[in-house]
Amino acid sequence: MMDALGLAVQLVLSGDPDLLEIVLLSLRVSLTATVVACLIGLPLGALVAVGRFTGRNAVLIVMNALMGLPPVVVGLLVYLHLSRSGPLGFLGLLYTPTAMIIAQTILIAPIVAALSRQVIEDLHAEYAEQFRSLCLTKLQTVQALLWDARYSLLTVGLAGFGRAVAEVGAVIIVGGNIDHLTRVMTTAIALETSKGDLGLALALGIILLVIALGVNAAVQSVRMTAVRQAYV
Amino acid sequence: MSDVCASHVPAAARTAQAAPILPLSVRDLALRFDGATVLDGLSFDLSATGCTMVMGPNGAGKSLLLKLLHGLIRPTAGTIAWGSHDPSAVTARHALVFQKPVLLRRSVAANIDFVLKARGKDARRRDRLLDHVGLGHKARQPARLLSGGEAQRLALARALATDPEVLFLDEPTASLDPASVLAIEAIVAEARNRGVRIVFVTHDTGQARRMADDVLFLQGGRVAEHSRAADFFPAPRSQAARDYLDGRIVV
Ligand SMILES: Nc1ncnc2c1ncn2[C@@H]1O[C@H](COP(=O)(O)OP(=O)(O)OP(=O)(O)O)[C@@H](O)[C@H]1O
Ligand SMILES: [Mg+2]
Repeated sequence: MMDALGLAVQLVLSGDPDLLEIVLLSLRVSLTATVVACLIGLPLGALVAVGRFTGRNAVLIVMNALMGLPPVVVGLLVYLHLSRSGPLGFLGLLYTPTAMIIAQTILIAPIVAALSRQVIEDLHAEYAEQFRSLCLTKLQTVQALLWDARYSLLTVGLAGFGRAVAEVGAVIIVGGNIDHLTRVMTTAIALETSKGDLGLALALGIILLVIALGVNAAVQSVRMTAVRQAYV
Repeated sequence: MSDVCASHVPAAARTAQAAPILPLSVRDLALRFDGATVLDGLSFDLSATGCTMVMGPNGAGKSLLLKLLHGLIRPTAGTIAWGSHDPSAVTARHALVFQKPVLLRRSVAANIDFVLKARGKDARRRDRLLDHVGLGHKARQPARLLSGGEAQRLALARALATDPEVLFLDEPTASLDPASVLAIEAIVAEARNRGVRIVFVTHDTGQARRMADDVLFLQGGRVAEHSRAADFFPAPRSQAARDYLDGRIVV
């Protein structure tokens, strides 16, 4: 155990190229998925937050239910679509980073949508009367709410990223954990642990933790600045 | 609630906008919430120009009356006619400074920029507007850190940014120091002299005397009295207004 820890520290400090490759791919996949999920989830959340349409309650229930999608199920569904015999098989995306991005996007877009819906609805309750007095259009209202909720929405995005980067079930199914191609931190940890190579597994585990802590600390400090300016 | 705001009405319908919205005529206006009657049978007219001071004890229905006139809430019964228009059709031609103004989570300047942009006004007016209400030096500050009085002044600048024909003010000087009260009154008086129709809620009798062309006195959701200022202050006709001015408790 201590040997493994020593090896892990050594791997991290020496900047092992294989390790670096895995970390960078992880970040690329999960950050891209987060950005895409925000592009889909934020407008959707805002629309449901300010919209008054029939079926709104049903949308709310579905959105909240999708938050708890099991990663392996998402992986399986994406696999079925992308596999050679699937409807999107001709794209040849299975076992590529793009497939992993798609799976993670599907996994976290509902989280971004549901959480941002709550944030924006609360803000809208405060602004609605003032905005109606100013005769803003729906679009202007949504834009203003998204901007004024920016610091809370940053936290929402972070929650999505946190779930994506830590997730293993979906990416292992659609990515396949192929060395130098689709191996990310979580799948590598699973593989190395099962092989008994605890050093690499631990090293990756440490990096994963540091990333989680670092991102959280950064967002926290941005929020603190915002709180000081009463922008939250 | 109708979403129709005149500034967003298609061009074909816009000719109607040129039609005058004053004088205002209110008939048998009533507002009930789940059986509780808060406004009951209000009838009055407002002339095309001047400053109407709306007075009356807490809970009389002053704030709700402004929101009804502005088209933010619908009456349970009765009619409000801005010329030939429904309130919700001319909301864009009014501005309302709320009793508790809601400021955006942005800088003071950005609060004004937002309204100028949203309403298609000249963005260069921002600095003049801020100077006008004495907030020029605070332009870069977060709006939500302004003091109560400064927030009221920003809300007034934001209201003026929309070039309203009617300006509703709901106790805009309630938390201001005496010098700021006079500054706001001067700004409002200047707007009035430019032809903006002012409807101003206050509890400050001195202020009402200084500003009023006429006084609309509410009590318990009814119009107790609507008189010219010259008649109201020396000798109010209603017992409610006499008691209020004398500082006696009216329920
Ligand atoms: N949404 C609501 N549901 C039920 N009652 C309400 C609602 N909004 C206001 N009221 C009641 O209507 C009455 C009039 O309220 P309003 O805010 O118009 O009073 P006001 O004359 O502006 O008083 P103040 O001088 O304290 O500002 C109050 O008794 C209030 O409790
Ligand atoms: Mg009030």
